[in-house]
Parts: sequence; structure tokens; C-alpha cells
Amino acid sequence: MCDQTFLVNVFGSCDKCFKQRALRPVFKKSQQLSYCSVCAEIMATDGLHENETLATLKSEAESLKGKLEEERAKLHDVELHQVAERVEALGQFVMKTRRTLKGHGNKVLCMDWCKDKRRIVSSSQDGKVIVWDSFTTNKEHAVTMPCTWVMACAYAPSGCAIACGGLDNKCSVYPLTFDKNESMAAKKKSVAMHTNYLSACSFTNSDMQILTASGDGTCALWDVESGQLLQSFHGHGADVLCLDLAPSETGNTFVSGGCDKKSMVWDMRSGQCVQAFETHESDVNSVRYYPSGDAFASGSDDATCRLYDLRADREVAIYSKESIIFGASSVDFSLSGRLLFAGYNDYTINVWDVLKGARVSILFGHENRVSTLRVSPDGTAFCSGSWDHTLRVWA
Amino acid sequence: MSSGASVYALQRLVEQLKLEAGVERIKVSQAAAELQQYCMQNACKDALLVGVPAGSNPFREPRSCALL
Repeated sequence: MCDQTFLVNVFGSCDKCFKQRALRPVFKKSQQLSYCSVCAEIMATDGLHENETLATLKSEAESLKGKLEEERAKLHDVELHQVAERVEALGQFVMKTRRTLKGHGNKVLCMDWCKDKRRIVSSSQDGKVIVWDSFTTNKEHAVTMPCTWVMACAYAPSGCAIACGGLDNKCSVYPLTFDKNESMAAKKKSVAMHTNYLSACSFTNSDMQILTASGDGTCALWDVESGQLLQSFHGHGADVLCLDLAPSETGNTFVSGGCDKKSMVWDMRSGQCVQAFETHESDVNSVRYYPSGDAFASGSDDATCRLYDLRADREVAIYSKESIIFGASSVDFSLSGRLLFAGYNDYTINVWDVLKGARVSILFGHENRVSTLRVSPDGTAFCSGSWDHTLRVWA
Repeated sequence: MSSGASVYALQRLVEQLKLEAGVERIKVSQAAAELQQYCMQNACKDALLVGVPAGSNPFREPRSCALL
């Protein structure tokens, strides 16, 4: 699945030599241009100061990395769980499957809640995207995508549309209609175009913009109406697997995680990466902001989940146990941020006490890998999707 | 970084690292205290944490069954 056509998301005419090449963004006097790799390299070499060579740049990069670690370590005066020692421990949790949504013909890959706290959209390997009423378990809409492995789906804030995509390298928006005479597929709008699979998508605060993450190593912000690329985010060294937008009160940033083991926080307006964290030992499969927006959690194939505080600029907690050896595919916080729910490839869901770092519960029920997990918008329940073809709502 | 790194890529990396080095940071003790405070302040509203009175969680409502 990891076809390495990353670092490129545009093919066209180079702004310097005008040849038809694979293009990358370059910044000249804070203006963004598109150069082919040859012209980019020439520009970079021309821009070298006296005494600068490949070797001096490499050592400068290494020493900057070292300095960054030093600065971060200076402020590491205590561990999160030590600060939380005096907090009351959590009691026993009784969380059960309250609804099982059956109907997908193959692995469920992704799901999202509607803001009405009741409807759910889910997508599957068989190309089907289904909208469910989670209270009654009825299917309200279904659409078949022209590709298999629909790895990403999202509900629009208005509840009137859904977005999805996968191996087709695109993100398409479908308006939801209750008119039996209208076919959903007829109104489909192709919004995003990447050069590799779509791994994640999310609407921003409105139905008008979509943020996407792709196997081509980039994230991108698109205007839904025109399909225009508004901003692209380059920096990951491999496939980007997940993204999450900061809660609206905290402004225009989002976090992404990828196969390069990094989690990166981006400024949506400038396209710059503002903070990057590389402490996981394998692919970062899922990232989710803490409800206050000051931190985020990530789940990885290294079988751990980690909490990173954005203002301390470092990892502040690791959620792991020797007995957990399978990767975490999906994470989400409860409303207060005290609980972290994580779905794993060993078919279980572990519930962690975010402050104390201890596991408070294991939930069994799925018969195959848990691939996706989201807490409902009002925090009354959470839904998990699995390779066992079902979704479960827990409360 | 692989040994095949280009000058262009390294220049971008150095610029990026300088940007990240300039980020303002606070101590972990302060950050942790604020995370904890947020949890405590919102704990009462967290249905999955404290539970809600029976009947007000739509998923826990007993559903009526028709006896055929």
C-alpha cells in the first residue's frame, strides 16, 4: 500500500524551465512557486553561502536537532502522572456494546459522527459508504464508490453531505438527499486530487472546505465548491495516515501523523509546519486533539499511544503495557479528556486514564482488528468500526 | 536523512529546524497542571466518565420489543 510517489502532488509546467515535470513548492522571497526537482536543486545550490556545502548543511541540521532536544529537555521537570498523583483514581467502568451496525460486506475502514449525535457515516473495503441512524440501527443512505478501500469518510458540519475517498486518490463530496428519485451518485462532486491514496479527510468549520491527507506524503486544503487547492502541506517523509483539526476555539491548526513516525502540527493559513514530534517507533496511525486543544494523542503500530503537549512542546505521557503488542489503529478522547479510547489490531479497545497513565478497562467484542473509533459529539457514547464488517456503539 | 539528500532538501530542513527551535515553551509541570485542571472542570459533563442518570442516555434507553 505504500507506493512511494510522495513529496509530489502536482505535475505540470515548471515555473523556471517550463518543462513538463513533477513539481514541488519552493519559496522565493515568501512567494510560493512550483519548480521541477532539477531547478529546485540549482536554486538551492546557487543560494549556498561561501563555505556552505552538503556536509556543512548536514552538520548544521544535526546540531540544530540536538539543540532542540536540549531546549525541550530543560523544561521537562516532572511527569504528567506525578502531577496527577493526588487525583482520585477512576473506578470500574461498565461499558457495553449498545448497538451493532451490520450491513457492510467487508472490512469497515473509517467512520464519523454527524453533529446531531445520532447519525454515523462509515466506509468499507468493498467500496460502500453507508449513513446510519445509530439509535435505530437503520441505514438511511448508501452509495457505492467506483473504487475499493474507501479509507476515509467524513460528515459535513451541516449534516447535509458526506465526503469520502480511498484508492481512487480523490476525495468526493456527496450531498445527502431523502428524495427517492434522486441518486446520490449523480450529485457527486470530486474535490481533492492526490497522486496516491486518500488516507483521511475532514471538513473544516463549514461545509465549504475540506482537509485531506494522502499516501503521497502531503496534506491539502480544498475549496469544495470549485475544487481548488487552497493550501498544501509538505513535510512528511512518507505516507500521511491521519489528521485532526484543532477544536474551533483554538484556531487554525491541525495535526497529522504518518509512516515516517512523525506527528506534525501545521498552520493552515501559511502551510508551515509549526511543531513536529518524532518519538514513536513505527507508523502513526491516528492523531486526535485533546478537547482543550493544548495537546494531542497519537496511536501507533509500535503498540503505544502517546500524549504530546503543544505548549511544553514534548511528549508528556506514554500509554503502553508489555502485554499489548499489537498496533493501535485509532484513538479518541472522552469529553473531558480524562479517558483515552484506543482501538487495537488485537481486536480490543483499551480505555486509558489520560492523567495517571494507567489502563482502566479493556473492551472485547469485535472479531477482527478495530480500524476506527470516534466519540460522539456530546460524549454520551463512542463508536468503533472493525475488519469484522461491523460497527459497535458503546456506552 | 538518507545520504542521497539534496542541497535543497537540507536547506529546507535547516530552515524548518530553526523555526521549531524558536517556539515558546512552558514547563511540563505547568502544562500538566493545566491539562489536569481541564479534566477536573469538565468531568461532570463527561457521560462516559461519570455516567448519566438512567434514561437520559439515548443509547442506554431500554428499547421496546414487540412480542409476536
